Amino acid sequence: MPHATVARPGAEAPPVHKPVDRNAPWPVQFWQSAVGKKWLMALSGVALWGFVFVHMIGNLKLYLGEKDYNEYGESLRTLLHPIMPNHVVLWIMRIGLIGAFVIHIVAAASLTQMNRRSRPVGYQSTRDYISANFASRSMRITGVIILAYLIFHLFDLSWTGTGATYVRGDVYDNVVGSLQRPWSAAAYAIANIALGIHLFHGTWSMFQSMGLNNPRYNSIRRAIAFGMSTVVAVANLTFPILVATKVVK
Amino acid sequence: MTNMLNLTLKVWRQAGPDQPGRFEEYTTTVADDASFLEMLDYVNEDLIAHDQEPIAFDHDCREGICGSCGVMIDGQAHGPQKGTATCQLHMRKFADGSHITVEPWRAAGFPLIRDLSVDRSAFDRIIESGGYISVSTGAAPEANMIPVPKDVADAAMDAAACIGCGACVAACPNSAASLFTSAKMQQLNLLPQGQAERWRRTEDMVETMEEFFGSCTNHGECQEACPKEIPIDFIAMMNRDYLKAKFANRRRGGQRKAG
Repeated sequence: MPHATVARPGAEAPPVHKPVDRNAPWPVQFWQSAVGKKWLMALSGVALWGFVFVHMIGNLKLYLGEKDYNEYGESLRTLLHPIMPNHVVLWIMRIGLIGAFVIHIVAAASLTQMNRRSRPVGYQSTRDYISANFASRSMRITGVIILAYLIFHLFDLSWTGTGATYVRGDVYDNVVGSLQRPWSAAAYAIANIALGIHLFHGTWSMFQSMGLNNPRYNSIRRAIAFGMSTVVAVANLTFPILVATKVVK
Repeated sequence: MTNMLNLTLKVWRQAGPDQPGRFEEYTTTVADDASFLEMLDYVNEDLIAHDQEPIAFDHDCREGICGSCGVMIDGQAHGPQKGTATCQLHMRKFADGSHITVEPWRAAGFPLIRDLSVDRSAFDRIIESGGYISVSTGAAPEANMIPVPKDVADAAMDAAACIGCGACVAACPNSAASLFTSAKMQQLNLLPQGQAERWRRTEDMVETMEEFFGSCTNHGECQEACPKEIPIDFIAMMNRDYLKAKFANRRRGGQRKAG
């Protein structure tokens, strides 16, 4: 309220962001604010993290053989059956995931535009960054790579197949068949390296955005981010490598 | 022993907010115990002697405590020395024959006035919106009447070290003012005297900040640039308080709806 009533003398800085509407319901206000959007990016990031991690664990079943792996794939459809009807739990998780993706991407796009407006004239000399690293500065690029691969991945292994023999329900052969093509394995590897880089900054960053700040564990936040993102990226990268070396066929 | 340094400067010159700007090259010879601003003074004296416009830059105390000075030096806010404002940066940090590039802070929230001088009054708008406590005037109360744990007092003091120079905004790839705003907020939110207005202050300061500056993406450049070495922990505290402020319903039971 006060900022609306204060007179602004002198050369006035142009507003880069619409003021939060204090008469709106509080969740709407939260969405309108950039700090609120960062909170929602962190919360949706936690949900997406959970998905990526469980997906990785499930895929490790590839190493137990075709029967185990296909059983695992089918069990996702019948999750919590017979308490719930078949497919219902799967769809609840899918809707939650889609929601998390939409929030994460829309908030990122909106904040990126706000940040562009915040420096209309950039530095004319070379900036010398000290702590901003490759991961933190490439979040938008790695994010877009992951999204592009995700769409391909859904076509490749869930919807239609992309050239290799695709039989719905024959999960093991679909995965191995897809990764036996060098270009497909390369795309998979690039996407998972991008994912590891994205998760490294994302994991450290969510501590900050959600105010999880405590001298007791502040010093290990970067190590946690490095460890968690490395586990996911390395485990995922074993799949195309072991398919290429014909350990898995 | 004093050494003399021969330097080549590339300085941003711009006659006014709407004028075109460009880098101009100057050469100067200066003692290595001069401060960076004294070096600019020598260049300016030379310019004046040759009937040319001196370089405009902001400065006041030259003791590193007023927050008036600050320029980008070779792409770093306040130059290469950690925890040091431009006025306290000494030329001994530079080698003889160095080429040094000097540029003003760049941000929509800091419109350029002239050369290296920018208008930082958007910071004043943030302070006006909540960077204060309301107290009854009169005789100062006995200091020990309100107990404050030592570690809390220390944390608040670390935040209060902010001199408002704007290096955090200048160094941030997003022109965010989160470090400044969180320091000015948490110096009060941490202390008993700041509790009465805590949630209103948090909402008002965050939302005023967002009108002028970008959004934090946790690069950590601000704490590297800060001449007072204020940590980004205060940004995390601000984010936590903002959620609480939005959740908190400040209308109490039994209270009638206003208006």
